[in-house]
Amino acid sequence: MRPAFSVIFLTTLIGVGQGLFLALFTIETYASVGLLPPQSGAFFGRGSAIAVGFLCAGLVASFFHLGHPERAWRSAAMWRTSWLAREVIALPVATGAIMLYGLVHQLHWNIVVPGIGTQLPDGLSLIVGAGAVAATFVLFLCTGMIYACIRFLQEWATWLTVANYLLFGTASGFVLASAYSAYQSPQLETFLVTWATIITAAALVTRVTSLIRNARIRHRSSLQTAIGVRHARIAQTAQGFMGGSFNTREFFHGASPMLLRSLKWVFLLLVFPVPVLLLWAGVLSHSPVPALAAFIVQYCGLVVERWFFFAQANHPQNLYYQVIS
Amino acid sequence: MTQLALVIDLNVCVGCHACVTSCKEWNTSGEAGFMSDDRPYGVDPTGTFFNRVQTFEVGEFPRTETVHFPKSCLHCEEPPCVPVCPTGASYKRPADGIVLVDYNKCIGCKYCSWACPYGAREIDEHQKVMKKCTLCVDRIYDQTLPEAERKPACVLACPTSARLFGDVYDPDSQVSVAIRESGGYALMPEWGTKPANHYLPRRKTRMKIHDDELMRAANPLKKEGKLPKPALTDPSLDDVTSW
Repeated sequence: MRPAFSVIFLTTLIGVGQGLFLALFTIETYASVGLLPPQSGAFFGRGSAIAVGFLCAGLVASFFHLGHPERAWRSAAMWRTSWLAREVIALPVATGAIMLYGLVHQLHWNIVVPGIGTQLPDGLSLIVGAGAVAATFVLFLCTGMIYACIRFLQEWATWLTVANYLLFGTASGFVLASAYSAYQSPQLETFLVTWATIITAAALVTRVTSLIRNARIRHRSSLQTAIGVRHARIAQTAQGFMGGSFNTREFFHGASPMLLRSLKWVFLLLVFPVPVLLLWAGVLSHSPVPALAAFIVQYCGLVVERWFFFAQANHPQNLYYQVIS
Repeated sequence: MTQLALVIDLNVCVGCHACVTSCKEWNTSGEAGFMSDDRPYGVDPTGTFFNRVQTFEVGEFPRTETVHFPKSCLHCEEPPCVPVCPTGASYKRPADGIVLVDYNKCIGCKYCSWACPYGAREIDEHQKVMKKCTLCVDRIYDQTLPEAERKPACVLACPTSARLFGDVYDPDSQVSVAIRESGGYALMPEWGTKPANHYLPRRKTRMKIHDDELMRAANPLKKEGKLPKPALTDPSLDDVTSW
């Protein structure tokens, strides 16, 4: 598949936004039971604003993928069957819930809710936050299933796709939260860096698993099933036209196998070891700069990862477009 | 229940591309148009087509066979492209099973083309909507046309009658009989899309001659040549008498 940069930025940016919110809510729940020092409303408010900013940036990026962005409102219609329509609904719901969560903190709407017996007046924000967590996880599921549900794109059609989207988004969000706390509230940094390391390691496990799976994949379609002729040797001699078409542009990445192989190692390096080392360097040096650098490096790595995710997928229609004339 | 479809006979397709050009000619000015054609005489010509004829070589020289392979939307009975459409622009007509795109609803997200294993859908680079074979839906129901012409343009254009058109749910239709009696098969059956369009395989007509057909089994002397002259009273047969 040809990597679509609008979709690459959509999925990476909303992943950061969702992950950052999950990190904020993790801090709040730990604080509510006294495991972390309580944070000010402005800490959560500003953090949620950053998360909403990333989600909105992702939404804007998604419009560049459409031929008719002015009709985008139609795309929620088929939510019963289409994971894409479900994502179109889940994205604004999650963004709105995170925005509400931020407003509850920023504008001090927090109240004690009977039945939630924490030491802090955080009943309302815990309830709103729990709803936003559910919306965030639904959004991760929708984003992953858009790719995982196409059963003949065998590189994508696995639960590992959903797991990777979930873990990559959460990991990048926790790395950004580490950088945010390094500037705003340094006493949280070790806690967040620990979680960012754990989630990044979990993402490494699922991504390497999917890389191994895809390296060993056996494609079910072949030239024999594509044209229905049973013979060991079939070669295309003409694809029906001399120039290019949508079929030759959309489904081939056009990069050399060498580039593809090297980009795999680039993202494995940029997403996993480098950011973790930078994060711990920031903790040890008590400086916020390495944590910010860790986020930027990991985000660049995720863009490469998403490019590779697209490029590695081998569409069965490519069987019909192998030779120009 | 009706499921209109094409049956393409690979045994007689000669790869002339008449179906390709007649399809484009009809549809570019029809309801499904226009079908863009950029730089047709330039270095990198491109454009939208609903139908392509590809060529494959089966076997290794000198025992090779050329298979011309027309490829268009197969109007699957379980179309994977339809449920993924977020807007409902892509739909399958319950009345006749034709898979169509509503150009006014399509947002051009290309997700349906990802979800088609056959590469039957092509986006129009100018109108920015997804386009595909309509089975000439604006032609096959046109009451102003003579009944014999209410067929897709590609079917009418085919000089070797390699393309048949009809209802595959009707057991007595021309297409159903062809599928049943001439070994019609579906493409990529492994994905369960149940394509309505079928292909008829290449078929060889061979004469099987047994040894006893080359030698006169009824020749009692086991040799060719003049047979002994029978008596005039014997029953005569041109086949066994020598005059």
